Amino acid sequence: MANEVCFRTLDLPNPASLETYRSIGGYETLKRIVTEKVPATEIINQVKISGLRGRGGAGFPTGLKWSFMPRYYDGEKYLVCNSDEGEPGTFKDRDIIRYNPHQVIEGMAIAAYTMGVRTGYNYIHGEIWAEYQIFERALEEARAAGFLGENLFGTNFSFNLFAHHGYGAYICGEETALIESIEGKKGQPRFKPPFPASYGVFGKPTNVNNTESYASIPYIMQHGGQAFQDLGVPNSGGTKIFSVSGHVEKPGNFEIGMGTPFPDLLALAGGVWKGRKLKAVIPGGSSTAVVPADMMMQCTMDYDSISKVGKSSLGAGSVIVMDESTDMVKALSRLSYFYYEESCGQCTPCREGTGWLWRVVRRIAEGKGRPEDLELLTDVSNNISGRTICALGDAAATPVISFIKHFRPEFEYYIEHGRSMLAA
Amino acid sequence: MLSQDSTAQIDKELAKYPADQRRAAVMSALRIVQAEQGWLSKEAIADVANYLGIPEIAALEVATFYNMYELEPVGKYKLTVCTNISCLLRDSQEIVEHLESCLGVHCGETTADGKFTLREGECMGACGGAPLLHINNTDMHEFLTPEKIDALLAGLK
Ligand SMILES: Cc1cc2nc3c(=O)[nH]c(=O)nc-3n(C[C@H](O)[C@H](O)[C@H](O)COP(=O)(O)O)c2cc1C
Ligand code: FES
Repeated sequence: MANEVCFRTLDLPNPASLETYRSIGGYETLKRIVTEKVPATEIINQVKISGLRGRGGAGFPTGLKWSFMPRYYDGEKYLVCNSDEGEPGTFKDRDIIRYNPHQVIEGMAIAAYTMGVRTGYNYIHGEIWAEYQIFERALEEARAAGFLGENLFGTNFSFNLFAHHGYGAYICGEETALIESIEGKKGQPRFKPPFPASYGVFGKPTNVNNTESYASIPYIMQHGGQAFQDLGVPNSGGTKIFSVSGHVEKPGNFEIGMGTPFPDLLALAGGVWKGRKLKAVIPGGSSTAVVPADMMMQCTMDYDSISKVGKSSLGAGSVIVMDESTDMVKALSRLSYFYYEESCGQCTPCREGTGWLWRVVRRIAEGKGRPEDLELLTDVSNNISGRTICALGDAAATPVISFIKHFRPEFEYYIEHGRSMLAA
Repeated sequence: MLSQDSTAQIDKELAKYPADQRRAAVMSALRIVQAEQGWLSKEAIADVANYLGIPEIAALEVATFYNMYELEPVGKYKLTVCTNISCLLRDSQEIVEHLESCLGVHCGETTADGKFTLREGECMGACGGAPLLHINNTDMHEFLTPEKIDALLAGLK
């Protein structure tokens, strides 16, 4: 079965409308929780049992994160949804918002109830204007229907939710940069600690989760944590939306159980296009290590397998497929430019290092590589990793290290002959 | 001076944040003003700052940090083609080259008649629809081919 959780409305007419969402029992779970005053500890317990891990890329257990929010804090607290999806290869949150925005709202409202929060923001990626408008409309519908606002369902629980539109900065996907951005500042990540749970939006305790994480909550609280866990495998509970892009016949989003063998996912996406052979896959978005075809075909789509068998990460489930014709040096050159362009400039190793990486990979791709360049790239990468405030530096280093590790002869050929070995 | 229409829209954005956090609306305020005026002049940025009651430098900082703000005049239609990895794998280069030859400009340039500006962009979070482009930060066009580009350009008057 596919599309069981976040994409429940996908095949219905007007999937994004409140009417459609209510026809599948939407907002009933919120209503039950709020009116029956289900204890927060019970909700957090179900989320823990569900095995839900943050879908934004880091895979942190959601139930555990929720338990970090101070329960008896006297003052404003905030709830933030991260829909700033800008990691190359990732396009699932856009479809959740486009086709099922109310499930994000209901999930956030349940989270707000659980953590005692009255105000929330959904930070939406700048480039998806149509989806921003869809979400604004959904918010209006939910307010008019009494699912957002003051004293919901006649209780003393109030929750107000707003959309905040980004304007083109990958770094704002990082949660503390995103918080700065909500405050109307440059998106530069903050030092941690303090973590958002103690010092977040406007300096108040804040919980940040990804769109898909929140959208999974109504299912978990309707069917129970165990039912969600059972859709996946141990240590990777539930379903996951995999965004498949690149060299496949049918690119798109596929919401399937965690633990699905990669060859099955590839088949869902129509297989490698043009009858070509698979060369490599980036399994979790551009910041995760590239995996050669033979290793990838052995993987199942869950955190443990991608990490142990694929030596990479599941990330945000953004599967970038590359066929045998792919020039790995050119591909890496484009990725390295991206990190250079998007580094916020705050930390020297990242600001300078990403520039170095890009210039050296580019000169190899232009046929002007030097024999010592691969050494230099490894060196620069190692000098970025772990030395920056946020993980963008590591994200820039990982592709460089993994591309060279798995496709070294292609790089060496470029350096020696000034052109690609694929043309030879 | 900000138009009444702009300030009405900015007021709606301000209502999303606590009354003492007017700065939080600066991103949307700049977007609203840019949509009306085409780009953000120094005066426009100062107007936004004044309206929100924040230092000009705070608004300028935001305008320079985020990629989708324009600090110089652009063409009536700004076409931004994503050339990041998933789009690259599906021949975004061919789309860029076709646009460059149709418009007679390179990426980063504006046509002499001021009608089109061509840009390369970063991932738009829509990689399943690659190759793709954006018009004026809002209209996404996916699964592009040279033929579709021709039809698209013909429709932009
Ligand atoms: C450079 C960078 C970019 C990120 N981009 C995103 C993003 O687009 N969406 C997202 O949900 N998380 C992103 N993250 C992860 C967030 O910092 C954060 O861990 C996440 O939103 C938490 O939600 P989750 O626990 O539900 O995954 C990014 C992190 C880094 C370092
Ligand atoms: S790579 Fe082009 S939209 Fe993501």
